Amino acid sequence: MAERKVRILIAKPGLDGHDRGAKVVARALRDAGLEVIYTGLRQTPEMIAETALQEDVDLVGLSILSGAHMTLFPRILKLLQEKGLGDIPVLAGGIIPDEDIPVLREMGIAGVFGPGTSTQEIAEFINQTLKRA
Amino acid sequence: MEIVERLLAGDRRAAARLMSLIENDTSQAPRLMAALYSHTGHAHIVGVTGSPGTGKSTLVSELTKKIRAQGEKVGIVAVDPTSPFSGGALLGDRIRMQELSTDEGVFIRSMATRGSLGGLARATGDVVKVLDALGQDLIFIETVGAGQSEVEIARAAHTVVVVVAPGLGDEIQAIKAGLFEIADLFVVNKADREGAEGAVATLNYLLDMNQAEGERWRPPILKMVAIRGEGVEAVVDALKGHRGYLKKSGQLELRNRERSEEEVKRIIEEALWGRLLSRLEEGEWERMMLRIADRELDPYAAAEKLLESWGDLGKEG
Repeated sequence: MAERKVRILIAKPGLDGHDRGAKVVARALRDAGLEVIYTGLRQTPEMIAETALQEDVDLVGLSILSGAHMTLFPRILKLLQEKGLGDIPVLAGGIIPDEDIPVLREMGIAGVFGPGTSTQEIAEFINQTLKRA
Repeated sequence: MEIVERLLAGDRRAAARLMSLIENDTSQAPRLMAALYSHTGHAHIVGVTGSPGTGKSTLVSELTKKIRAQGEKVGIVAVDPTSPFSGGALLGDRIRMQELSTDEGVFIRSMATRGSLGGLARATGDVVKVLDALGQDLIFIETVGAGQSEVEIARAAHTVVVVVAPGLGDEIQAIKAGLFEIADLFVVNKADREGAEGAVATLNYLLDMNQAEGERWRPPILKMVAIRGEGVEAVVDALKGHRGYLKKSGQLELRNRERSEEEVKRIIEEALWGRLLSRLEEGEWERMMLRIADRELDPYAAAEKLLESWGDLGKEG
Protein backbone atom coordinates (compact mmCIF):
# COMPACT_ATOMS: atom_id res chain seq x y z
CA MET A 1 0.00 0.00 0.00
CA ALA A 2 1.97 2.92 -1.27
CA GLU A 3 0.58 6.40 -1.14
CA ARG A 4 3.09 8.93 -2.34
CA LYS A 5 1.96 12.48 -1.64
CA VAL A 6 3.65 15.64 -2.82
CA ARG A 7 4.63 17.82 0.12
CA ILE A 8 5.27 21.53 -0.30
CA LEU A 9 6.37 24.18 2.17
CA ILE A 10 4.70 27.56 1.66
CA ALA A 11 6.65 30.19 3.56
CA LYS A 12 6.70 33.94 3.87
CA PRO A 13 10.21 35.27 4.40
CA GLY A 14 10.78 38.75 5.74
CA LEU A 15 8.57 41.34 7.31
CA ASP A 16 5.41 41.30 5.18
CA GLY A 17 2.33 42.32 7.10
CA HIS A 18 -0.20 40.03 5.48
CA ASP A 19 -0.33 36.62 3.91
CA ARG A 20 -3.56 36.55 2.01
CA GLY A 21 -2.00 35.56 -1.31
CA ALA A 22 0.07 32.82 0.29
CA LYS A 23 -3.03 31.43 1.96
CA VAL A 24 -4.98 31.40 -1.29
CA VAL A 25 -2.16 29.46 -2.95
CA ALA A 26 -1.88 27.10 0.04
CA ARG A 27 -5.57 26.29 -0.10
CA ALA A 28 -5.56 25.86 -3.87
CA LEU A 29 -2.66 23.43 -3.68
CA ARG A 30 -4.43 21.46 -0.97
CA ASP A 31 -7.41 21.24 -3.32
CA ALA A 32 -5.05 20.02 -6.01
CA GLY A 33 -4.16 17.11 -3.74
CA LEU A 34 -0.88 18.31 -2.22
CA GLU A 35 0.12 18.26 1.43
CA VAL A 36 0.88 21.89 2.18
CA ILE A 37 2.95 22.84 5.21
CA TYR A 38 2.08 26.41 6.01
CA THR A 39 4.22 28.32 8.47
CA GLY A 40 2.79 31.82 8.65
CA LEU A 41 4.39 35.24 8.57
CA ARG A 42 7.87 36.56 9.32
CA GLN A 43 10.02 33.54 8.60
CA THR A 44 13.78 33.92 8.64
CA PRO A 45 15.82 32.07 5.99
CA GLU A 46 17.09 29.78 8.77
CA MET A 47 13.54 28.87 9.81
CA ILE A 48 12.54 28.12 6.23
CA ALA A 49 15.54 25.90 5.49
CA GLU A 50 15.22 23.97 8.75
CA THR A 51 11.48 23.45 8.23
CA ALA A 52 12.11 22.17 4.69
CA LEU A 53 14.56 19.68 6.17
CA GLN A 54 12.34 18.42 8.99
CA GLU A 55 9.25 18.15 6.82
CA ASP A 56 11.19 16.53 3.94
CA VAL A 57 9.29 18.54 1.38
CA ASP A 58 9.44 18.03 -2.39
CA LEU A 59 9.19 21.77 -3.10
CA VAL A 60 9.47 25.13 -1.38
CA GLY A 61 7.20 28.03 -2.31
CA LEU A 62 8.23 31.51 -1.14
CA SER A 63 5.82 34.41 -1.09
CA ILE A 64 7.11 37.93 -0.64
CA LEU A 65 5.64 41.40 -0.98
CA SER A 66 8.18 43.58 0.77
CA GLY A 67 10.76 43.86 -2.00
CA ALA A 68 13.48 42.13 -0.03
CA HIS A 69 13.58 39.11 -2.32
CA MET A 70 16.99 39.90 -3.82
CA THR A 71 18.49 39.73 -0.32
CA LEU A 72 16.42 36.94 1.21
CA PHE A 73 16.15 34.44 -1.65
CA PRO A 74 19.91 33.91 -2.17
CA ARG A 75 20.30 33.37 1.56
CA ILE A 76 17.51 30.75 1.59
CA LEU A 77 18.97 28.97 -1.46
CA LYS A 78 22.39 28.93 0.16
CA LEU A 79 21.06 27.48 3.43
CA LEU A 80 19.11 24.80 1.57
CA GLN A 81 22.31 23.91 -0.26
CA GLU A 82 24.24 23.69 3.00
CA LYS A 83 21.69 21.31 4.44
CA GLY A 84 21.93 19.03 1.43
CA LEU A 85 18.57 20.21 0.08
CA GLY A 86 19.93 21.95 -3.00
CA ASP A 87 17.93 19.69 -5.31
CA ILE A 88 14.55 20.88 -3.99
CA PRO A 89 12.86 23.17 -6.53
CA VAL A 90 12.09 26.62 -5.08
CA LEU A 91 9.19 28.67 -6.46
CA ALA A 92 8.55 32.34 -5.80
CA GLY A 93 5.46 34.48 -5.82
CA GLY A 94 4.23 37.88 -4.67
CA ILE A 95 5.41 41.27 -5.85
CA ILE A 96 8.53 40.77 -7.93
CA PRO A 97 9.55 43.31 -10.61
CA ASP A 98 9.96 41.87 -14.12
CA GLU A 99 13.61 42.85 -14.33
CA ASP A 100 14.42 40.71 -11.30
CA ILE A 101 12.92 37.55 -12.74
CA PRO A 102 15.87 36.53 -14.97
CA VAL A 103 18.26 37.22 -12.09
CA LEU A 104 16.23 35.02 -9.76
CA ARG A 105 16.11 32.26 -12.37
CA GLU A 106 19.85 32.48 -12.75
CA MET A 107 20.15 32.16 -8.99
CA GLY A 108 18.25 28.88 -9.08
CA ILE A 109 14.62 29.83 -8.46
CA ALA A 110 12.63 27.36 -10.57
CA GLY A 111 9.61 29.53 -11.25
CA VAL A 112 8.33 33.04 -10.53
CA PHE A 113 4.62 33.77 -10.28
CA GLY A 114 3.39 37.34 -10.03
CA PRO A 115 -0.04 38.79 -9.29
CA GLY A 116 -2.72 37.50 -11.63
CA THR A 117 -1.26 34.00 -11.91
CA SER A 118 -4.04 31.44 -11.69
CA THR A 119 -3.67 28.80 -9.04
CA GLN A 120 -4.12 26.16 -11.75
CA GLU A 121 -1.04 27.50 -13.48
CA ILE A 122 0.96 27.00 -10.30
CA ALA A 123 -0.37 23.48 -9.73
CA GLU A 124 0.42 22.60 -13.35
CA PHE A 125 3.94 24.02 -13.05
CA ILE A 126 4.52 21.93 -9.92
CA ASN A 127 3.41 18.76 -11.67
CA GLN A 128 5.74 19.44 -14.60
CA THR A 129 8.67 20.32 -12.34
CA LEU A 130 8.35 17.15 -10.29
CA LYS A 131 7.97 15.01 -13.39
CA ARG A 132 11.29 16.29 -14.65
CA ALA A 133 13.05 15.69 -11.35
CA MET B 1 21.22 -0.08 6.64
CA GLU B 2 22.90 3.19 5.93
CA ILE B 3 20.00 5.56 6.52
CA VAL B 4 19.21 4.03 9.92
CA GLU B 5 22.86 4.32 10.92
CA ARG B 6 22.82 7.98 10.01
CA LEU B 7 19.63 8.44 12.06
CA LEU B 8 21.23 6.79 15.07
CA ALA B 9 24.21 9.10 14.68
CA GLY B 10 21.82 12.04 15.06
CA ASP B 11 21.43 13.02 11.39
CA ARG B 12 18.21 15.03 11.18
CA ARG B 13 17.97 14.82 7.42
CA ALA B 14 18.08 11.02 7.66
CA ALA B 15 15.30 11.14 10.25
CA ALA B 16 13.13 13.24 7.95
CA ARG B 17 13.79 10.94 4.97
CA LEU B 18 12.96 7.86 7.04
CA MET B 19 9.66 9.37 8.11
CA SER B 20 8.68 9.95 4.48
CA LEU B 21 9.70 6.42 3.50
CA ILE B 22 7.50 4.98 6.23
CA GLU B 23 4.63 7.29 5.43
CA ASN B 24 4.67 6.78 1.67
CA ASP B 25 5.35 3.13 1.31
CA THR B 26 4.23 0.69 3.96
CA SER B 27 6.18 -2.11 2.31
CA GLN B 28 9.38 -0.38 3.49
CA ALA B 29 8.34 -0.30 7.12
CA PRO B 30 9.23 -3.90 8.08
CA ARG B 31 12.80 -3.55 6.82
CA LEU B 32 13.32 -0.17 8.50
CA MET B 33 11.71 -1.12 11.80
CA ALA B 34 13.86 -4.26 11.96
CA ALA B 35 16.88 -1.98 11.95
CA LEU B 36 15.71 0.71 14.35
CA TYR B 37 13.18 -0.82 16.75
CA SER B 38 15.80 -1.96 19.24
CA HIS B 39 16.91 1.67 19.55
CA THR B 40 13.50 2.88 20.68
CA GLY B 41 11.71 2.80 24.02
CA HIS B 42 13.58 5.64 25.65
CA ALA B 43 11.17 8.55 25.05
CA HIS B 44 8.21 9.72 27.10
CA ILE B 45 5.33 9.92 24.62
CA VAL B 46 2.73 12.57 25.45
CA GLY B 47 -0.53 12.84 23.52
CA VAL B 48 -2.29 16.20 23.34
CA THR B 49 -5.93 16.23 22.31
CA GLY B 50 -8.95 18.52 22.55
CA SER B 51 -11.44 20.39 20.38
CA PRO B 52 -10.22 22.69 17.59
CA GLY B 53 -9.46 26.15 18.89
CA THR B 54 -8.57 25.12 22.42
CA GLY B 55 -4.95 26.10 21.81
CA LYS B 56 -3.22 22.74 21.52
CA SER B 57 -0.39 23.93 19.25
CA THR B 58 0.38 27.00 21.36
CA LEU B 59 0.34 24.85 24.48
CA VAL B 60 2.71 22.28 22.96
CA SER B 61 5.00 25.11 21.90
CA GLU B 62 5.12 26.63 25.40
CA LEU B 63 5.63 23.27 27.11
CA THR B 64 8.45 22.51 24.66
CA LYS B 65 10.26 25.76 25.47
CA LYS B 66 10.16 24.91 29.16
CA ILE B 67 11.32 21.34 28.66
CA ARG B 68 14.16 22.55 26.42
CA ALA B 69 15.23 24.94 29.17
CA GLN B 70 15.58 21.88 31.38
CA GLY B 71 17.93 20.38 28.80
CA GLU B 72 15.79 17.63 27.30
CA LYS B 73 15.28 17.12 23.57
CA VAL B 74 11.76 17.26 22.21
CA GLY B 75 9.97 15.75 19.22
CA ILE B 76 6.59 16.95 18.00
CA VAL B 77 4.28 15.10 15.63
CA ALA B 78 1.38 17.37 14.65
CA VAL B 79 -1.50 15.68 12.85
CA ASP B 80 -4.01 17.55 10.66
CA PRO B 81 -6.79 16.14 8.54
CA THR B 82 -6.52 15.11 4.91
CA SER B 83 -9.32 16.51 2.77
CA PRO B 84 -11.58 13.61 1.81
CA PHE B 85 -12.35 15.41 -1.46
CA SER B 86 -8.93 16.25 -2.87
CA GLY B 87 -6.65 14.00 -0.85
CA GLY B 88 -4.59 17.10 -0.06
CA ALA B 89 -4.05 18.69 3.34
CA LEU B 90 -3.23 22.05 4.87
CA LEU B 91 -0.80 21.44 7.72
CA GLY B 92 -0.68 24.60 9.81
CA ASP B 93 0.38 23.66 13.31
CA ARG B 94 3.83 25.12 12.79
CA ILE B 95 2.36 28.63 12.69
CA ARG B 96 2.09 28.46 16.49
CA MET B 97 5.49 26.85 16.90
CA GLN B 98 7.68 29.29 15.00
CA GLU B 99 10.06 29.99 17.85
CA LEU B 100 10.99 26.31 17.97
CA SER B 101 11.89 25.89 14.33
CA THR B 102 15.58 26.73 14.61
CA ASP B 103 16.25 24.96 17.91
CA GLU B 104 18.41 21.94 17.11
CA GLY B 105 17.01 20.10 20.11
CA VAL B 106 13.49 20.17 18.66
CA PHE B 107 12.23 18.18 15.69
CA ILE B 108 8.74 18.94 14.38
CA ARG B 109 6.95 16.85 11.81
CA SER B 110 3.54 17.67 10.36
CA MET B 111 1.44 14.72 9.26
CA ALA B 112 -1.80 14.44 7.34
CA THR B 113 -4.25 11.73 8.38
CA ARG B 114 -4.35 10.31 4.83
CA GLY B 115 -7.74 8.75 5.31
CA SER B 116 -7.36 7.25 8.75
CA LEU B 117 -9.90 8.13 11.40
CA GLY B 118 -9.39 8.39 15.11
CA GLY B 119 -7.30 11.56 15.15
CA LEU B 120 -3.94 10.08 14.10
CA ALA B 121 -2.36 9.03 10.82
CA ARG B 122 -1.61 5.38 10.09
CA ALA B 123 2.12 5.95 10.28
CA THR B 124 2.10 8.20 13.37
CA GLY B 125 3.33 5.44 15.67
CA ASP B 126 6.27 4.64 13.41
CA VAL B 127 7.19 8.31 12.96
CA VAL B 128 7.27 8.58 16.76
CA LYS B 129 9.69 5.64 16.80
CA VAL B 130 12.01 7.46 14.42
CA LEU B 131 12.04 10.48 16.78
CA ASP B 132 12.63 8.14 19.70
CA ALA B 133 15.61 6.56 17.92
CA LEU B 134 16.91 10.03 17.03
CA GLY B 135 17.20 10.58 20.77
CA GLN B 136 14.33 12.92 21.57
CA ASP B 137 13.54 12.56 25.30
CA LEU B 138 9.94 13.68 25.15
CA ILE B 139 7.67 13.35 22.13
CA PHE B 140 4.39 15.21 21.79
CA ILE B 141 1.69 13.86 19.49
CA GLU B 142 -0.84 16.55 18.73
CA THR B 143 -4.06 15.02 17.39
CA VAL B 144 -6.39 16.40 14.77
CA GLY B 145 -8.71 17.70 17.45
CA ALA B 146 -11.99 16.83 15.84
CA GLY B 147 -13.24 16.20 19.34
CA GLN B 148 -15.20 13.04 19.49
CA SER B 149 -13.17 10.26 17.95
CA GLU B 150 -9.80 10.72 19.52
CA VAL B 151 -9.40 7.72 21.76
CA GLU B 152 -6.70 6.24 19.53
CA ILE B 153 -4.22 8.59 21.17
CA ALA B 154 -4.56 6.63 24.42
CA ARG B 155 -2.90 3.67 22.75
CA ALA B 156 -0.20 5.71 21.08
CA ALA B 157 0.94 7.72 24.13
CA HIS B 158 2.09 7.13 27.71
CA THR B 159 0.46 10.30 28.99
CA VAL B 160 -2.64 11.92 27.51
CA VAL B 161 -3.32 15.63 28.02
CA VAL B 162 -6.89 16.74 27.28
CA VAL B 163 -7.09 20.46 26.55
CA VAL B 164 -10.34 22.35 27.07
CA ALA B 165 -11.18 26.04 26.83
CA PRO B 166 -13.87 27.93 28.75
CA GLY B 167 -17.11 28.57 26.96
CA LEU B 168 -16.86 25.86 24.32
CA GLY B 169 -18.99 23.39 26.20
CA ASP B 170 -15.90 21.22 26.20
CA GLU B 171 -16.54 19.60 29.56
CA ILE B 172 -19.62 17.90 28.21
CA GLN B 173 -17.96 17.13 24.87
CA ALA B 174 -15.22 15.46 26.84
CA ILE B 175 -17.64 12.98 28.36
CA LYS B 176 -19.31 12.23 25.07
CA ALA B 177 -16.00 11.64 23.41
CA GLY B 178 -14.85 9.22 26.08
CA LEU B 179 -12.03 11.58 26.96
CA PHE B 180 -12.54 11.07 30.68
CA GLU B 181 -11.42 7.49 30.31
CA ILE B 182 -8.22 8.45 28.51
CA ALA B 183 -7.20 11.72 30.18
CA ASP B 184 -4.19 11.60 32.48
CA LEU B 185 -4.18 15.35 32.79
CA PHE B 186 -6.68 18.11 32.03
CA VAL B 187 -5.56 21.56 31.01
CA VAL B 188 -8.07 24.39 31.07
CA ASN B 189 -6.38 26.70 28.58
CA LYS B 190 -7.27 30.37 28.01
CA ALA B 191 -7.91 30.47 31.74
CA ASP B 192 -7.97 34.27 31.74
CA ARG B 193 -11.38 34.08 30.08
CA GLU B 194 -14.66 34.11 31.83
CA GLY B 195 -15.88 30.69 32.79
CA ALA B 196 -12.46 29.17 33.55
CA GLU B 197 -13.27 28.54 37.22
CA GLY B 198 -16.58 27.02 36.20
CA ALA B 199 -14.84 24.70 33.76
CA VAL B 200 -12.43 23.55 36.47
CA ALA B 201 -15.30 22.94 38.89
CA THR B 202 -17.31 21.01 36.32
CA LEU B 203 -14.33 18.85 35.40
CA ASN B 204 -13.67 18.17 39.08
CA TYR B 205 -17.25 17.14 39.66
CA LEU B 206 -17.30 14.95 36.56
CA LEU B 207 -14.02 13.35 37.58
CA ASP B 208 -15.51 12.43 40.95
CA MET B 209 -18.34 10.70 39.13
CA ASN B 210 -16.15 9.01 36.56
CA GLN B 211 -13.25 7.94 38.73
CA ALA B 212 -13.16 4.16 38.76
CA GLU B 213 -12.97 2.36 42.11
CA GLY B 214 -9.39 1.80 43.25
CA GLU B 215 -7.91 4.10 40.60
CA ARG B 216 -4.65 5.43 41.97
CA TRP B 217 -4.07 8.31 39.56
CA ARG B 218 -6.49 11.18 39.65
CA PRO B 219 -5.94 13.42 36.61
CA PRO B 220 -4.87 16.86 37.80
CA ILE B 221 -6.83 19.81 36.38
CA LEU B 222 -4.48 22.67 35.61
CA LYS B 223 -5.12 26.17 34.38
CA MET B 224 -2.99 27.71 31.68
CA VAL B 225 -2.84 30.79 29.50
CA ALA B 226 -0.59 29.28 26.86
CA ILE B 227 -0.35 32.39 24.69
CA ARG B 228 1.23 34.28 27.64
CA GLY B 229 3.18 31.32 28.95
CA GLU B 230 1.26 31.24 32.23
CA GLY B 231 0.90 27.99 34.13
CA VAL B 232 3.45 26.18 31.96
CA GLU B 233 5.68 24.98 34.74
CA ALA B 234 2.88 23.23 36.63
CA VAL B 235 1.87 21.34 33.52
CA VAL B 236 5.46 20.24 32.80
CA ASP B 237 5.75 19.09 36.43
CA ALA B 238 2.49 17.16 36.11
CA LEU B 239 3.76 15.43 32.94
CA LYS B 240 6.88 14.32 34.79
CA GLY B 241 4.75 13.34 37.77
CA HIS B 242 2.62 11.11 35.60
CA ARG B 243 5.68 9.53 34.02
CA GLY B 244 6.96 8.76 37.53
CA TYR B 245 3.63 7.27 38.54
CA LEU B 246 3.57 5.06 35.43
CA LYS B 247 7.02 3.70 36.22
CA LYS B 248 6.40 3.09 39.89
CA SER B 249 2.98 1.51 39.48
CA GLY B 250 3.96 -0.85 36.68
CA GLN B 251 1.51 0.95 34.40
CA LEU B 252 4.29 1.91 32.02
CA GLU B 253 4.99 -1.71 31.16
CA LEU B 254 1.29 -2.39 30.87
CA ARG B 255 0.72 0.51 28.50
CA ASN B 256 3.72 -0.42 26.40
CA ARG B 257 2.46 -3.98 26.16
CA GLU B 258 -1.03 -2.86 25.16
CA ARG B 259 0.45 -0.65 22.50
CA SER B 260 2.52 -3.50 21.09
CA GLU B 261 -0.56 -5.73 21.02
CA GLU B 262 -2.52 -3.16 19.08
CA GLU B 263 0.34 -2.66 16.66
CA VAL B 264 0.77 -6.34 15.93
CA LYS B 265 -2.98 -6.76 15.50
CA ARG B 266 -3.09 -3.86 13.08
CA ILE B 267 -0.15 -5.18 11.07
CA ILE B 268 -1.81 -8.62 10.80
CA GLU B 269 -5.12 -7.09 9.75
CA GLU B 270 -3.49 -5.05 7.04
CA ALA B 271 -1.37 -7.93 5.81
CA LEU B 272 -4.31 -10.35 5.67
CA TRP B 273 -6.43 -7.79 3.93
CA GLY B 274 -3.73 -7.09 1.36
CA ARG B 275 -3.22 -10.80 0.71
CA LEU B 276 -6.94 -11.42 0.39
CA LEU B 277 -7.29 -8.67 -2.18
CA SER B 278 -4.30 -9.90 -4.14
CA ARG B 279 -5.93 -13.32 -4.52
CA LEU B 280 -9.04 -11.96 -6.16
CA GLU B 281 -9.48 -11.94 -9.88
CA GLU B 282 -9.49 -8.66 -11.75
CA GLY B 283 -12.82 -6.93 -11.09
CA GLU B 284 -14.10 -9.61 -8.72
CA TRP B 285 -14.33 -7.22 -5.79
CA GLU B 286 -16.21 -4.59 -7.78
CA ARG B 287 -18.63 -7.20 -9.16
CA MET B 288 -19.33 -8.47 -5.68
CA MET B 289 -19.96 -4.96 -4.35
CA LEU B 290 -22.40 -4.33 -7.21
CA ARG B 291 -24.29 -7.51 -6.38
CA ILE B 292 -24.56 -6.34 -2.78
CA ALA B 293 -25.88 -2.99 -3.95
CA ASP B 294 -28.44 -4.78 -6.13
CA ARG B 295 -29.52 -6.85 -3.12
CA GLU B 296 -28.53 -10.10 -4.83
CA LEU B 297 -26.02 -10.85 -2.12
CA ASP B 298 -25.84 -9.78 1.52
CA PRO B 299 -22.60 -8.47 3.08
CA TYR B 300 -22.17 -11.46 5.41
CA ALA B 301 -22.53 -13.96 2.58
CA ALA B 302 -20.05 -11.95 0.54
CA ALA B 303 -17.50 -11.95 3.36
CA GLU B 304 -17.95 -15.68 3.86
CA LYS B 305 -17.39 -16.29 0.18
CA LEU B 306 -14.19 -14.24 0.18
CA LEU B 307 -12.89 -15.99 3.26
CA GLU B 308 -13.27 -19.36 1.54
CA SER B 309 -10.10 -18.67 -0.39
CA TRP B 310 -8.18 -18.81 2.91
CA GLY B 311 -8.75 -22.52 3.46
CA ASP B 312 -8.78 -23.49 7.13
CA LEU B 313 -8.05 -19.98 8.36
CA GLY B 314 -11.23 -18.68 6.74
CA LYS B 315 -13.48 -21.26 8.36
CA GLU B 316 -15.30 -20.36 11.50
CA GLY B 317 -13.62 -22.03 14.47
